[in-house]
Amino acid sequence: MVPLWMYLTVAAALFCIGVFGVLSRRNAVAILMGVELMLNAVNINLVAFWRYSETGTSLLLNGYAFTAFVLIIAAAEAAVGLAIIITVYRNRRSVIPEEADTLKG
Amino acid sequence: MELNAVTVGFFVFTILTLGGGIGVVTTRNLFQGTIWLMVSLFGVAGYFVLLSAPFLAAVQVLVYIGAIAILITFAVMLTRSVTRINERYIRTIPSFVASLALFLVLLFGITVPIFGDYPSEMAPTVVMTTRDLGVALVEGNGYVAPFLLASVLLTAAMIGAIFIARDEES
Repeated sequence: MVPLWMYLTVAAALFCIGVFGVLSRRNAVAILMGVELMLNAVNINLVAFWRYSETGTSLLLNGYAFTAFVLIIAAAEAAVGLAIIITVYRNRRSVIPEEADTLKG
Repeated sequence: MELNAVTVGFFVFTILTLGGGIGVVTTRNLFQGTIWLMVSLFGVAGYFVLLSAPFLAAVQVLVYIGAIAILITFAVMLTRSVTRINERYIRTIPSFVASLALFLVLLFGITVPIFGDYPSEMAPTVVMTTRDLGVALVEGNGYVAPFLLASVLLTAAMIGAIFIARDEES
């Protein structure tokens, strides 16, 4: 049986890979991909904690339902984020966040 | 830890998840990055199967691989300029150091039982089925309020995405 800390370690590694992608990329689409990786790491953690806790045997579905809601938020985030990226690209011919500096004082 | 189907599956899905994730952040071609993202998300779906959440695994494949990865592919194609097929990196060394430090902090928090000991074994049996999730989502003492809020959020996000991405002239 796989112990809980192995799931947590894999999720932490996936989260940090996502953090590296968000910090080091210039393209906004690639930054969104890093955000998706981080959301998936959180989902692994939620389901693993749910499965390894005592509530896994009862009908308490906290971790399970939370994961479903995180999936919904991720879908909404991806749709709105990509729409914003496409609009910024149409207006400025660039998908690099540093170049979208109209509001910069 | 004995070698059985669960542990072998765990290591296979670990290779898929982390290898795909490293592929996402290291490849310079964004199309290949999308393919690596699909590999990584598929590994996460495998974890859900191992953790006896088959419904979430199916939703993961449908929503993430089927919808979000395709959406990202479309965004890559719509925003690709001829001169910038391969993207550059910025702040590579500081980003790597920061994420490695974060991983070490998280690993410290995982391995050192600051918040008490972990349950070492899985809860023995899961009687939960997809039917129970469906009932809990619409039950009064279940998750009916977050369920309705999520529905409204999803509708608003869809309308907002259409409105933002719409071409002004047409």
